[in-house]
Amino acid sequence: MAGSPPVEAGTVEARGPRPKPFFTPRKIIIYTTLVFFSLYYLFPLYIMVVTSLKTMPEIRFGNIFALPQTPNFDAWVRAWTSACTGLNCQGLSPGFWNSVKITIPSTIVSIFIAAVNGYALINWRFKGSEIFFAILIFGSFIPYQVMLYPLVMITRELKIFGTLQAVILIHTVFGMPILTLLFRNYFASLPQELFKAARVDGAGFWRIFFEIMLPMSLPIFVVALILQITGIWNDFLFGVVFAGTQNYPMTVQLNNIVNSAQGTPEYNVNMAATVLTGLVPLTVYFISGKWFVRGVAAGAVKG
Amino acid sequence: MADIAVQAGEGAGSVGRPSALRKLFFHNLSAKVAALPMIATVLVVFIGCTIWTIYYSFTNSKLLPTGKFVGFDQYERLFATSRWNVSVWNLVAYGAMSLIFTLVIGFILAVLIDQKIRFESALRTIMLYPFALSFIVTGLVWQWIMNPTLGLQGTLRNLGWTGFSFDWIANPRMVLFALLIAGLWHGTGFCMVLMLAGLRSVDDEVWKAARVDGIPTWRTYISIVLPMMRGVLVTAVVIIGSGIVRLYDLVVALTNGGPGISSEVPAKYVFNYMFSGGNIGQGLAAATMMLLTVLIIMIPWAYLEFGGKGKRT
Repeated sequence: MAGSPPVEAGTVEARGPRPKPFFTPRKIIIYTTLVFFSLYYLFPLYIMVVTSLKTMPEIRFGNIFALPQTPNFDAWVRAWTSACTGLNCQGLSPGFWNSVKITIPSTIVSIFIAAVNGYALINWRFKGSEIFFAILIFGSFIPYQVMLYPLVMITRELKIFGTLQAVILIHTVFGMPILTLLFRNYFASLPQELFKAARVDGAGFWRIFFEIMLPMSLPIFVVALILQITGIWNDFLFGVVFAGTQNYPMTVQLNNIVNSAQGTPEYNVNMAATVLTGLVPLTVYFISGKWFVRGVAAGAVKG
Repeated sequence: MADIAVQAGEGAGSVGRPSALRKLFFHNLSAKVAALPMIATVLVVFIGCTIWTIYYSFTNSKLLPTGKFVGFDQYERLFATSRWNVSVWNLVAYGAMSLIFTLVIGFILAVLIDQKIRFESALRTIMLYPFALSFIVTGLVWQWIMNPTLGLQGTLRNLGWTGFSFDWIANPRMVLFALLIAGLWHGTGFCMVLMLAGLRSVDDEVWKAARVDGIPTWRTYISIVLPMMRGVLVTAVVIIGSGIVRLYDLVVALTNGGPGISSEVPAKYVFNYMFSGGNIGQGLAAATMMLLTVLIIMIPWAYLEFGGKGKRT
């Protein structure tokens, strides 16, 4: 809508409607700029995929744009099964499964806790709940590095440091502000009569939650799911600190493959590994489409 | 919506008169139990851990956080360390450029997308997909593209443009721009989405009025629409800003702080001193400085947003 002057006849021109040419200077500028930016965004994806399908001699020939002469998936197989991450050479597959083992429980636990929090905050207010919530939201802006070392000590005391449980706990903790906000706002938008009627009928805290609120909150669950799956899958810092060498998630292993490789770097394997690591969040992104945007927008509107 | 629970509580309060203390504990008990994870997180992690970090940043903790109190020694050392000063300067320079370019590019793209163009959803998809990828992936791809021998520079030289130079990740004076290219690639789409939402929330009447008054489109954008999007802009600045302070993964993947120390950032300094340098006190002091930076960004914002009493909800 915004700023398309020729549409209305409010100006002095009285020549009436005339066929609008497609190539107005304005349009050319708009589309050229958009195409230019699109190339910037698409270029790395192209390079990533093309490089991963080449052989090393082809890469050494030194044309990063060139399409592979005979595309082959050797590098992908190497990246998945035998690339070296530091000392062991089992490829990315252990990292992939670690990421799965981290992402699934973290996502479920964090979303469940946040849903309950949001529900309690809206329907069962108690003294101080708003203050805790405000601190929670404010706290989400504190750099993780500030809380990192004490959390290492806490997880050590709990005897879970260096295990998957530790990473799951940390993701739950740091997912809490944004997810709680999401659920709180969603529950606030539901009609209060529902809640009141259920209370009059004698339903208690958990019954109302499980039988009335949860079934109604599918849309917000989808948003939270997307936010958490992509966020946790893409995490690097918590994985590297809390997971322990055996449980490094895919991002950490990927970085080890590329940045600590001994001998001559195999760029095709590196790029195949990079594509593989990006595949899960990209799949989520392309499947969820509008929901992803909604999640991003919801995640952004803090406070 | 702020009063339903209050009503629920008052009904019980009129029967007898439970002491205030009892009420504090047992009123909506299940809600308190349910909110326990949140309360614990706030008290233990956000408040407890932060205070712990600040306290121990004043000790001479080395391998274990049990040093004796040394006042501001760690901070004096911090600011006498060139690596820290380089880190801070890098963050300021990168942060300023990143913030400005992200906002400007995000706004321009949003305005262009908002022009009733064709392929709108395809273009939006293209702009936002990098945001779905991790910083590690982002850093590694751009590291490959900017590889001085086999990347863009090598390719264009082989194609005959022998003078072409794009060795930014290997050049201490340009490495921040390399970081910027990768960072903008990752984040501008997100900013565009925010801005687009802001633009679409501006009432059409505003546009009609501006057109009737004969104000040119670009001026309407700058002097009418932009100020109306203040809320979105503030949100964007706060989110981008707090992201910049945390900048870590991207640097690790793209340059690992190099060449030399020319692309070090504070978050990396903290990490290295805490986990590999065996100098916890120093790491904690650096972390406290990061906290201070965020507070300097956040407090004016919080004051503006929530300072006026009763402005919220």
